[in-house]
Amino acid sequence: MAFEFYKESYSGAVKEVSLGKGDNAVTVGGETCYPFYQFEGEMPHKPKIAMEVWDMKPDEWAEAVLKPFEDVLDDPAAWAKRCVDEYGADMIALELRSTDPNDKDASPEEAAATVKKVLAAINVPLIIWGTASPQKDEEVLKKIAEECQGENLILGPVEDSNHKGIGAAAMGFGHTVISSSPIDVNLAKQVNILLENLGMPMERVIVDPTTGGLGYGMEYSYSVMERLRMAAMAQGDDKLQFPMINNLGFEVWKSKETKLKADEAPTLGDPERRGILMESVGAVSYLMAGSDVLIMRHPEAVRMTKAFIDLGLS
Amino acid sequence: MALTGIQIFKLLPKTNCKECGVPTCLAFAMNLASGKAELDSCPYVSDEAREQLAEASAPPILPVELGNGVRKAAVGGETVLCRHEKTFFNATVFAAAVGSDIADADLETKLRTWNAFQYERVGLNLRPEMVAVKDVSGDKDAFAKVAKTIAETSEFNVILMTENVDVMKAGVEACGFKNPLMCAATADTIDEMGAIAKEKDLPIVVKADSPEALEPLTDKLVALGHKKVILDAGSRDVKQALEDQVAMRRSALKNGNRKLGFPTITFPCEMASSLEMETLIAGMFVAKYGSIVVLSDFTGESIFPLLLERLNIFTDPQRPMTVTEGLYPINNPDENSPILVTTNFALTYFIVSGEIEGSKVPTWLLIKDSEGLSVLTAWAAGKFSGDDVGMFVKKCGIMDKCKSTELIIPGYAAAIAGDVEEELPGWKITVGPREAAHIPAFLKSKIA
Ligand code: B12
Ligand code: SF4
Repeated sequence: MAFEFYKESYSGAVKEVSLGKGDNAVTVGGETCYPFYQFEGEMPHKPKIAMEVWDMKPDEWAEAVLKPFEDVLDDPAAWAKRCVDEYGADMIALELRSTDPNDKDASPEEAAATVKKVLAAINVPLIIWGTASPQKDEEVLKKIAEECQGENLILGPVEDSNHKGIGAAAMGFGHTVISSSPIDVNLAKQVNILLENLGMPMERVIVDPTTGGLGYGMEYSYSVMERLRMAAMAQGDDKLQFPMINNLGFEVWKSKETKLKADEAPTLGDPERRGILMESVGAVSYLMAGSDVLIMRHPEAVRMTKAFIDLGLS
Repeated sequence: MALTGIQIFKLLPKTNCKECGVPTCLAFAMNLASGKAELDSCPYVSDEAREQLAEASAPPILPVELGNGVRKAAVGGETVLCRHEKTFFNATVFAAAVGSDIADADLETKLRTWNAFQYERVGLNLRPEMVAVKDVSGDKDAFAKVAKTIAETSEFNVILMTENVDVMKAGVEACGFKNPLMCAATADTIDEMGAIAKEKDLPIVVKADSPEALEPLTDKLVALGHKKVILDAGSRDVKQALEDQVAMRRSALKNGNRKLGFPTITFPCEMASSLEMETLIAGMFVAKYGSIVVLSDFTGESIFPLLLERLNIFTDPQRPMTVTEGLYPINNPDENSPILVTTNFALTYFIVSGEIEGSKVPTWLLIKDSEGLSVLTAWAAGKFSGDDVGMFVKKCGIMDKCKSTELIIPGYAAAIAGDVEEELPGWKITVGPREAAHIPAFLKSKIA
């Protein structure tokens, strides 16, 4: 039998979703092939990198990720602006750490005020990421949706337990939602269906399959993403044809290995570049699994990941 | 590609003699096709039929062994396109390259440095396997010397990278005992290179400028009776190289194309100008079908992330890695030492026990069977509930060994504290830190 390039025939495609508004809007998704498989379809929009900004000063970050932002860690707007102006962030992901009910428990009003400041400082789409405390996230994200009417923020994570409140607010005030579920095809589908039944326009939904860190559960997320894409494209399941987002930097930089100093781990090499490469290799893995938006932390990891995307899609 | 029952039937004697234990040759053929019978049960199959059947039942991508000794590795043998369909079997092998003009002292330093890149994780030793010697000048003595030094003074196995037949001969002469990988034979040299590989029984890379152009080369080797073959489809462009990897894997698995049913080799070292970008490109090949990945160097910060990715991608998705339920004494605990409890997910166990060991505080670690789930996952799935944990503490035997009645539970399992307390009257339940990294400080404060 002689060589013949076996090509997939797809019966579905990923929806295009427009994030942000006006001149700042960015489109993601639209794939008609598996990730980077341009020999049998198209990836009309490059995967995008959103840079991670916290609404309060992080106290446990590795030195490598504090350094580039050391003078703006207290000022989310300035921090976000730096990510866009200096590091070429396609979007900003504001993590509302201060609202964690097990920690500072900041109020929805305080959070909304921060969001407005950040919005005013940047000209790229803004993702708002809660603390995965469903009830608190619902209160906070509803408030933000209302205060930032028409901005097409990207609000999440939205789970089955809080989809009604956040979904309704997103619909009413013109935002996009992040449909989130713990590494499971059926659960992902279920939240999407709940949102659809609520009346959420399906071109305003992106999916968070849950992200595991490199060496800390990445393989589970990787496989569920491959399965989600197969269901969407090979089986044509229209309840799963959404762009995917991964909160990667948060998971990777939480690991011990990104924090060890040179003398604590001499064989793990340069501590700064180790973290950067762990984040970048994690990014490549998630890109190969179908990520459309990667939330990342270190500017150098962002730069290299973008360079990789350009090589893969050139 | 596997044969159907009917295809197998055509190769059987068709006498229906029943000696195989089923009434007809056809029934036997059907059983063979579905893996329910062994060919040896039929005493009458001809040698020729036997050969054809063996051929047909060989894995679609042949496994090939590389090297010798502790870092010997098999590549290939894969049967699926996505890991969730079954599993990936043989993990990507990592190699770093040196030029044949490298100074002795530099080579020694590199080998020593690279040798130290070994990381214990989930009970495994993660480390790279190979060093590639690149012929830079056509000087066969220099090439042979470097190959010999690597083979004799390090655990690393050798890739002999030259397209010059004389240089290759010298390399094979120098380190043949270590089963080196010959890299590479091209259309011009396939006969001579193939003859060496066949004679010394060594694995060999065939290189061409497309998957298709590899076929006549693998044909020649197979005709010689040599099947230890590795494929290099030639492209050093990221996009094209990914396409080639997919084309080859699919051709072997989906079309049953034996001509491309071999492991592959990839060269990030020739695809980027910095080790960092090479590392990202290598990351792509770990996910997408590179059996061997050649880098220009190893540094701790570059190889460690790749080893983690490889561990993740090549873990069997159907069986989470677990440890046995029970009582684990760490740092020689006594009857007053602290007692911690966690789940039996291997990753969780090794992280937590590693931190406890590092703290040097004598401690009892109780491992509760949670079907291999991590703390939060197990809790969410009801496999680490307060009642279960309490009952487990009672029956695990800790009460015979230890007078202490304080149980430290993971910070992420804080929600079970009340239920554990109910199950263990008289015990104090303390919620420990959330991250294992904070365990040492926590334990030290406990005994202070
Ligand atoms: C990988 C993963 C899975 C894998 C399972 C992996 C495994 N073998 O456990 C799969 C895909 C199977 C899975 C399934 C589910 N998952 Co899950 N999963 C994850 C994920 C991404 C990573 C978990 C992991 O491997 N962590 C690494 C290990 C090492 O962490 P760990 O065990 O907690 O140990 C750390 C600490 O706890 C501490 N520690 C451990 N022991 C001890 C002991 C003491 C004394 C102390 C002090 C500290 C300590 O040290 C470790 C390192 O710091 C997380 C999200 C995330 N990003 O973390 C979700 C997550 C845990 N899953 C979640 C859920 C809900 C589920 C499901 C119930 C979903 C469902 N309904 O089907 C199922 C349940 C399983 C089932 N029924 O089969 C939720 C839990 C939500 C919650 N807060 O309750 C999470 C948090 C995701 C989310 N945000 O929704 N999951
Ligand atoms: S033993 Fe062989 S020849 Fe006899 S019935 Fe079975 S398959 Fe046919």
